[in-house]
Amino acid sequence: MASPTDAIVPSANQARHTYVADGRPVGFFTDPTVCIGCKACEVACKEWNQVPEDGRAWTGHSYDNSGSLGASTWRHVKFQELGRRLGPQKAGPMTGEAESPFGWLFVSDVCKHCENAGCLEACPTGAILRTEISSVYVQDDVCNGCGYCVVGCPFGVIDRRPAPLPGAGGAFKCTFCYDRQSGGLTPACAKACPTESIHFGPLDELHARAEQRVATLQARGFADARIYNPVDTSVGGIHAFFLLLGPPEEFGLPPRPEVPTVYLRGAWTSAAITSTLALLGACLALALF
Amino acid sequence: MPTDRPTDRGFEARLDALREEALRRGVVADSGMAIAGGPIPSAAIAPVAYYGQPIVKPPVWTWQIGLYFFVGGTAGMSGVLALAGLLTGQPLAFVRAALAVAFAGAVISPALLIADLGRPARFLNMLRVFKWRSAMSMGVWTLLAFSGFATAALLLTVALPLLTRAGAEPTALGLVLLLVVAGTAAFGAVLATYTGVLLGATAVPVWSSHHRLLPFHFGVVALGSASAILELRGFHMAALQGIGLAVSAVETGVGAWLELTRGDAEARVLAHGESGLLMRAAGLCTGPATLVLRAVGWTDGAAVCFLLGAVLSRYGWLHAGRASARDPEETLAAQHRAG
Repeated sequence: MASPTDAIVPSANQARHTYVADGRPVGFFTDPTVCIGCKACEVACKEWNQVPEDGRAWTGHSYDNSGSLGASTWRHVKFQELGRRLGPQKAGPMTGEAESPFGWLFVSDVCKHCENAGCLEACPTGAILRTEISSVYVQDDVCNGCGYCVVGCPFGVIDRRPAPLPGAGGAFKCTFCYDRQSGGLTPACAKACPTESIHFGPLDELHARAEQRVATLQARGFADARIYNPVDTSVGGIHAFFLLLGPPEEFGLPPRPEVPTVYLRGAWTSAAITSTLALLGACLALALF
Repeated sequence: MPTDRPTDRGFEARLDALREEALRRGVVADSGMAIAGGPIPSAAIAPVAYYGQPIVKPPVWTWQIGLYFFVGGTAGMSGVLALAGLLTGQPLAFVRAALAVAFAGAVISPALLIADLGRPARFLNMLRVFKWRSAMSMGVWTLLAFSGFATAALLLTVALPLLTRAGAEPTALGLVLLLVVAGTAAFGAVLATYTGVLLGATAVPVWSSHHRLLPFHFGVVALGSASAILELRGFHMAALQGIGLAVSAVETGVGAWLELTRGDAEARVLAHGESGLLMRAAGLCTGPATLVLRAVGWTDGAAVCFLLGAVLSRYGWLHAGRASARDPEETLAAQHRAG
């Protein structure tokens, strides 16, 4: 006979691991349906990684006071209030209107650690590299702050840190706690997450867990539960993927992100044709007149 | 505490009105409240993306980059003009003048690029790797090669009379000169066009949606700039007039095409706001205005007008990129069109 405790999955976020030594691809699976918006992940990330404070202000966007991912915000809890009901959830009439459909989701956003990473491709110094665990890592002691990765990221994650913050001038983003992981520890955000909205583990296990979670939610009436992981675009999938209730646009995630290197062929072809035409044209003009 | 509002009766009335509205409607909204309708947003005013926040990041590049696009492009195409001059048997003074512009650009460009870096002292880290798939890396190596060739070529043209007098073999000398000028032209042409690739291969919607136009557009404007500078330096040649006319005709076409496609949701920054103004001013200067000035025979005026437009154009594209990245609607429009 099934007891209620059968449903409780033993925590994978607190155990030590050897993924770095094993060279096993790991990821985050962030499940907003159990997120309580406590911001423990944001705080844990800032404290462990010693990310400087870059100002806190109420954005006026619900209870969001850290705005967006950036050079000094590597986890960002989105407080998304939606003008529609989520699944069978019921919200009381909080406005004077009779019908006030309302849904509320907290999504802890993070660097996606793309399969084909725009920032990594763009980096001209080799400061950005891919680690043994398939995460994307910025070597701060190599980065010279050219800023090309900033426009290379289709998710608006990485940014150049402005003065006068420590480390100013360099590009920063989530390190996937590579230092912690090298020592067998779980990334700080996942370790601190009280509801395990942030799942950490080997990618294949996370994919299985995510599929199961979507099936469970759909069975419970959340018809628009889905995985956000753009595998069918040139990004080729992300290693920090999400469960969403609704289209990605609503959560500020690009529906069809492309790794910008897909534009290289067309652009260089245009450059080559233009170069040839310029030389021929100049020769023609100088020869004729 | 002293106050410069002796009577707050008006404000007290406002507070009363707010309390009444709150009791009546259960919620109060005013400007400054991002969520109109109170804590619960209504579906009718559902914002785009996450409260209308940008999906991609705007470029962090500072003012030096726009100027670099202009200087590097002009220098690069000056190298092309030098080779064309050499191949068509122009006087050595013409080739030397073109190479001088190329050399000047090769000196100024790295300074501008280094000044823009977040950590300028580490500029040499650019030379740690050679990456085909990074337009920035390719640009750095191109600039380096161009600088070397342009310097060598200019030195050679300056030293040519000296070397001839010293008894150097004229055929060998000519061949070496042709080689270094050809190198200057080859890398110069890439230098003038790769900046379009650099912008095109990004996640910024208005840049990536024009990734084929940008290298062409930048290259053409660079050729026009190189030609205009030689005209201003006193080379009033029919050939440069012809190049100027052709380039401005092409730019008029590009401007017209951008006008026609400005309705596109992923390119509205080209027509609206500050970036739209910059782009139109640039298009006018490099296109129709220059054509008119050339038609009335004021060559120097046309050259200055074109150069002004060329500078404005680069800043226009950079500005448009910034505005485009900040607008989540453009990002989504570009992706829905592609998908």
